Amino acid sequence: MLEAIKHPWPWYVAGALIGLTVPYLLLVGNKTFGISSSLRHLCAACLPANIKFFKYDWKKEAWNLFFVGGIALGAFIGATLLANPEPVQLAEQTAVYLAEKGITDTSSLMPTEIFSWSNLFTLRGFIFIVLGGFMVGFGTRYAGGCTSGHAIMGLSSLQWPSLVATVMFMVGGIVMTWFILPFLLTL
Amino acid sequence: MENTFQHTPTAQELADLKARELDAICVNESELKHPWWYNLKYSAWGILFGIVFVKAEIISWFRIQEMFRFESFHMYGVIGTAVMVGLISVLILKRTKAKTIYGEEIHIPNKEFNKGQIYGGLMFGLGWAITGACPGPLFAQVGAGFSVIIVTFLSAVAGTWVYGLIREKLPH
Repeated sequence: MLEAIKHPWPWYVAGALIGLTVPYLLLVGNKTFGISSSLRHLCAACLPANIKFFKYDWKKEAWNLFFVGGIALGAFIGATLLANPEPVQLAEQTAVYLAEKGITDTSSLMPTEIFSWSNLFTLRGFIFIVLGGFMVGFGTRYAGGCTSGHAIMGLSSLQWPSLVATVMFMVGGIVMTWFILPFLLTL
Repeated sequence: MENTFQHTPTAQELADLKARELDAICVNESELKHPWWYNLKYSAWGILFGIVFVKAEIISWFRIQEMFRFESFHMYGVIGTAVMVGLISVLILKRTKAKTIYGEEIHIPNKEFNKGQIYGGLMFGLGWAITGACPGPLFAQVGAGFSVIIVTFLSAVAGTWVYGLIREKLPH
């Protein structure tokens, strides 16, 4: 049993459990699923700086911070007690492409050739680690949600603005992956 | 007996709800006041969620590359199944007029369209392909021991903060 859990879980198990988050949050407390809002609540809690957008009673949304805290803890459990000892099984074409760009270490879930402290102060590291994060934080708030709030919660409740947002997430990701990343990876 | 918990919200409470709803999909719609440890229900589900994130390799930069390169079905399967399960669940909750475990009516706020979903969505998509993470996986990557992602995470908080600072100057 434990052996089965340690192997990577199939998409339908993961998808079903993530999808069940929607009714769980609604049933236990009338909460709508969304993760990027936690970043806003952190701003409101730590550095509101008299900005209108951060002047609200963030404590009413504290549940969201408990939720993301749980995610970090769950990830710790998943990466220690339930860790998969095998390297990531990449699609062959992806592996070949990344190897051409010098990314060959698939022993963990993140490529150490990019995401490491020693790379942080290189141009490539700065773009991937710092600039990328900034775009995620700015973009999700500007869009009013991320993959969870728009693609899962929004589509589940048939909200067309969420469909627009989801399509734009994909467009942005595809443009970056096909037209910009091939250059950024060679930096 | 029904809705003994409900009270008519004051003008101040309504104004505050409006502020919290601003550009946020996730909003606490409950009018109830509970002690803080009631929030552990959300931590418990978060723990399960974090385990799923790691075990299905959703937090992996490699899986996101595969997805955007159309070289693996995995992430499409995950997101597609999640949407289908969510959709069916919401339909059932609406059909059965289900209430929360505290007897409140379930309410899902409507999302209004603005140009932010286009510009912001595009910007997030570009960032997603670089970092290999949306906000949820950022928490999970840090939890899973990728310590340098703390920087990415703080950067994302900074991005959100700068958005709040200049949001009135941006097209919406």
